[in-house]
Amino acid sequence: MNGLALLAAGAPLLFAAGLATGRLLARRAARGGPDPGTPVERATFRTLHTASVAAPPLRAGLTPDAARKAVRGLRPLFGTAALGLTAEDRLLAWEGPGRHHTEAALERVRQVLDTGRAQTFAVACPDPDCPVRWGAAAPLTVDRRVPGALVVLGAGEPGSGARATEEVARWVSVQLELADLDRTRTGLIEAEVRALRAQISPHFVYNSLAAIASFVRTDPERARELLLEFADFARYSFRRHGAFTTLAEELRAVEQFLELVRARFGPRLEVTLRIAPEVLPVAVPFLCLQPLVENAVKHGLEGSAGRGRITITAHDEGATARIAVEDNGVGMEPGRLRRILRGEDGPTAGIGLRNVDERLRQVYGDEHGLVIETGVGAGTKVTLRVPKYRPGVHSAPPDTPPGDTGPGNAEPHDTGPAHSEPPDTQVPGVAEPGDGGLRRLDR
Amino acid sequence: MNQTYGIVAVAAAVLATLVIGSVGLRVSRTTSDFYVASRTVPPYLNAMAVSGEYLSAASFLGIAGLVAAEGVQMLWFPVGYAAGYLVLLAFVAAPLRRSGAYTLPDFADSRLGSTAARRVAGVLVVGVGWLYLLPQLQGAGLTLGLVTGAPHWLGGVLVAVVVTLAVAAGGMRGITFVQAFQYCLKLTALLVPALFLLLAWHGDPRPAGALEEPPAFRRHTQVTVDSTVRLRIEAPLRAVASGAVDGRAYDGAPLALDPGVHEIRAGTTLRFPPGTPVPERAPGDGGPGAAAGWAAPLSGGEEEHPLYATYGLICATFLGTMGLPHVLVRFYTNPDGRAARRTTVIVLALVGGFYLLPPLYGLLGRLYAPDLLLTGNTDAAVLVLPERLLGGTAGDLLGALIAAGACAAFLSTASGLTLSVAGVLSQDVLPSLGVRRFRLATLPAVAVPGTVSVAAGQLPVAGAVGLAFAVAASAFCPLLVLGIWWRGLTPPGAIAGLLAGGGGALTAVTLTIAGPPAGGWAHSLLAWPAVWSVPLGFLTMILVSLATRDRIPPGTDAAMARLHLPERPAGRDLPSTRRGVTTP
Repeated sequence: MNGLALLAAGAPLLFAAGLATGRLLARRAARGGPDPGTPVERATFRTLHTASVAAPPLRAGLTPDAARKAVRGLRPLFGTAALGLTAEDRLLAWEGPGRHHTEAALERVRQVLDTGRAQTFAVACPDPDCPVRWGAAAPLTVDRRVPGALVVLGAGEPGSGARATEEVARWVSVQLELADLDRTRTGLIEAEVRALRAQISPHFVYNSLAAIASFVRTDPERARELLLEFADFARYSFRRHGAFTTLAEELRAVEQFLELVRARFGPRLEVTLRIAPEVLPVAVPFLCLQPLVENAVKHGLEGSAGRGRITITAHDEGATARIAVEDNGVGMEPGRLRRILRGEDGPTAGIGLRNVDERLRQVYGDEHGLVIETGVGAGTKVTLRVPKYRPGVHSAPPDTPPGDTGPGNAEPHDTGPAHSEPPDTQVPGVAEPGDGGLRRLDR
Repeated sequence: MNQTYGIVAVAAAVLATLVIGSVGLRVSRTTSDFYVASRTVPPYLNAMAVSGEYLSAASFLGIAGLVAAEGVQMLWFPVGYAAGYLVLLAFVAAPLRRSGAYTLPDFADSRLGSTAARRVAGVLVVGVGWLYLLPQLQGAGLTLGLVTGAPHWLGGVLVAVVVTLAVAAGGMRGITFVQAFQYCLKLTALLVPALFLLLAWHGDPRPAGALEEPPAFRRHTQVTVDSTVRLRIEAPLRAVASGAVDGRAYDGAPLALDPGVHEIRAGTTLRFPPGTPVPERAPGDGGPGAAAGWAAPLSGGEEEHPLYATYGLICATFLGTMGLPHVLVRFYTNPDGRAARRTTVIVLALVGGFYLLPPLYGLLGRLYAPDLLLTGNTDAAVLVLPERLLGGTAGDLLGALIAAGACAAFLSTASGLTLSVAGVLSQDVLPSLGVRRFRLATLPAVAVPGTVSVAAGQLPVAGAVGLAFAVAASAFCPLLVLGIWWRGLTPPGAIAGLLAGGGGALTAVTLTIAGPPAGGWAHSLLAWPAVWSVPLGFLTMILVSLATRDRIPPGTDAAMARLHLPERPAGRDLPSTRRGVTTP
C-alpha cells in the first residue's frame, strides 16, 4: 500500500522534472542557435540583441528604475568606462567607474540641454588609475523637447565613441517617444471610459417631473416624497468621480428609479426581486443596472396596454455574480438587436444597452459582455456576469478626504470618489497619479 | 447503531440543506421591499456561515477520538482551531476585506500585481484544499460505514461523487443561509446528546474511579478486530476468542494471554469479561497507545518528542486558519472591513463554544467505549457513545442526531472546499480549459483527494487536518501578514517565501502520508512541519524582498492605503437612502 502510494506521488513529480529538463535543454539549444557566420554578421547580431534587451525598461519612461536597467544593458555597446542617463540635469543612473567626474559631466549636460547639440570633451584627471580620458554628452529628444541626456566617459581617444553616443541617444529617444505614446494611449482609454459614463435620459427627467407635478395638488405628501426620490436619484447619477460602485448601491438607484416610474404607470408595473445577499458587496460598473431596467420598463410597458412584469435576479456563482433583468414585453428581433449592439442602427436606438455592454467589455474583457435573450413578443432577458475580483476594480477607495464636500452638497450615500485604473493599463502604478490629478482638477 | 434511524436522520439533514438552499434567495414582490432585498448579510449570520463551513469532520469526530486515545495534550487541537481566528482578527480580517480580494491568489495579485505570485499562490491553495478534503472524505466513510454498514472506502467515494455532482451542477454554491443552518445543526447534534450523556454519566452507579488508571471494560464486551494488531499486555488476560491469535486458531475457545506482545489476526472476535483492563496496542503499530499518562500533558501518545509536536500543532493551527481557502471567501460577503472584523469576533465565540463539546465526548468515549482503543477506530467514539451510555430508543435517536450532524460536517466543509479548489483550478492553474472550465475543474478537485483517500487507507481524521493547517500556515501566513503589514514585500520575495515555506511543508506532509515510515526526529520534523516551515517562509520572504528592493511594485503605497484606511470616515455610518431618512 505504501509503495503504491509512493509510486502514485512520485510519478507526476518525475514527469514534471523531466518536462522541465527538456524545456531547459531546448531553450539552451535555441539560444546557441545557428552560427551567424562572418564576424561582421556576428557583431551586427550582438549589437541588435543588446539594443533589444535594453529597450523594454525604457518603455516605462525616464524613471530611475528604468534608467538603471537600460544603462546596464547599453554599456556593452560602448565597451567604455562609464555610461550615465540624466533627466534634465539630475543624474538618474550611472554604470561603471569614474563617478568622481559626474559633476563635470553634469556641467556639460546643462550646456547640451540648453543648446540641444551633442558635445565631446576631454577629461583631465589627477588620479593616474582613472581610465577616463574623454567624455561625450548627447541630448535625448522627445517631441522637440529635451527631457534628458546620455553621458559617456571613455578611455583612449574619443573617435567613433562620440558618434556612437549620438546614435545611441537617438535610439533611446525613440524608445522614450514610444513610452510617451503608451502614456497617451492609456489616457485615451481613460477618457473613453469617462465618455462612456452613462447618463440619465432627458425623457426620464421630463416624464418624472410631469408625473410629480400631477401629484402636487391631489397628494402633496406623495409629491414631496417623489421629489426627494428624484433628488436622490439625480445625485447618484450625476456623481462625477468613480467608475465603480457596489451592487447594493446600484440596486438603491434602481429602487429610486422604479419608484418614479410607478408614479407614472401606477399598478401596471409589477417588480420582482430575487437577490442573493452574498453578491451585494460586489463592485460593479457605475450605472450598469439602471439602463437595463429602464430598457425593460420601456419595452415591457410603453409598447402595450397590459401589465408589465420586471424580474431582477442576482445569483452567487462562486468567483462571479450573475445579474439578470427580465421583462415580459414586446421583445425584439434578434438581428436588429445585434445591429443595435454594434452601433449600426442609428445613434439613438438602444444607447443604454450598447453603453453598458461596451463598458463591461472594457473593464472585464470580451467574455463578460451582455448576454441578451429575446424574440418578437417573447420578452427580453439581459444577463451580465461580473467577476467578484478584478485588478484595479474597487468600489470603495480609501483616499476620501473627509469633509471635502461642503454641507450643502454632502452626499450621504456616496462613499467618496471611487476611482479605478483603466482596465488595459499594463503597469498599475502608472495610471494612478494621473487619475488623482484629474480628480483634483475636477473640484 | 440502529440503521433505520441513522439513514432517516442523514437523509433529513441533506433534504433540509437542499430546501433551505432553494429558498435561501430573498424574494420580494414589490418595490417597497427593495430596501429589505438590498440589505447585505449581517455579521452574525455571516459568522454562523463561516463557522458552519469551518467545523469539519475533524472537529466533529476527530478531536473526540484523539482525546480519547492520546490524552489531554490533544486539547491543543480545539484550542488551536478556535484561536486561529484570534490571529485572523488581529492581523488579517479587515485589511483583507478592504483589498477587495475574493480568493488568496486574488490577494497576491492585488497587493503585488504579479501574475507569477498569483499562480504560485493558486497552486498552494489547491494543495491545501486537497489535503483538507482528504480527512473529510475519510470522516464520511467512517460515518456512513457506521450508519449503513458499508465498507469505509464506499462512503468516501459516495460523498465525493455527490459533492462533485452538486457543485458542478451549480447547487450548494456557498449560500449563507445553508451554511448558517449547518452550524446550528452541528451544534445541536453535539449539544443535545451531550446533555443526555452527562445526565447518564452522573446517574451511573459506578462512575469511573480515576482517569489515571488504564481503562477497563465495564461490561461483557465483544470486539472484532478489522486489521491485524499487536497488543502489549501487562497483566495476564482472559478472554474468549474466535479467530487467530498468535498464529493459533480459536473457535469460541477461552484464551489466556501472558504478559508480553501478542498478535491478533484480522477478523478475530474477542469477548472480554467486565473489569478486564483494556489491552494496549504495541508501539510502532500505528495506533494510539500508552494509556498510563492519559490525563497528564506531554506523557501520553506515541509521539517521541511530545513537546516539539505540541509546538508544531500550536504553530500550525494558530497561524493556519488564515490560509484556509473556503473560510476566506466567506469574508467577501461582508460589506466592509469593520463588518469583517465584527464577523470574526462572533466566529470566535461560536467556534469556541462548539469546541467545548468534543473533549467531553473524548473523555466519555474513553470511559464507556474503551474497545475503540483496542481496534484503533477512535474517530467513531462520538457516534457510538449514545448507544453505549443510554441504549434503547433514546440512544438510537440521539445516535441518529449525531450521525446527521457528522453528515452536515463533512458535506458542508467538503462542498465549500471543492468550490474553492475548483474555482482556483479553473482560474489560475488550468486557465486554458475554456468557458465550461469550472465544471471540468470540479472533477480533479475531488478526484485527487478521493483517490488518495482510498489508496492511503486509514488516517486519523484530526491529524490529517492538522497537516493541511501546517501547509496553510507556512504558505499563507507569511504572505498575508507581510503583505498587509510590510511595504517592502516584492513579488520575487513573495514567490520565494511561498515556495520555501509552503513547498517545504507540502513536501514534508506528502512524505508523512505517502512516504516510507520514519522514526525519531526525522518523523517528528516531517509530521509537524509548522515549527520550522513558518519561520522559513517568513525569513525567505523578508530576505529575498530585501535583496530585490528595486522590484517593489509601483502601486504599493496606494495598495497599502486601501488595505488600512477605513472605507468611510468615522461617524458616517452605513449609507441609508431610504425615503425620508436622509432628508435634512
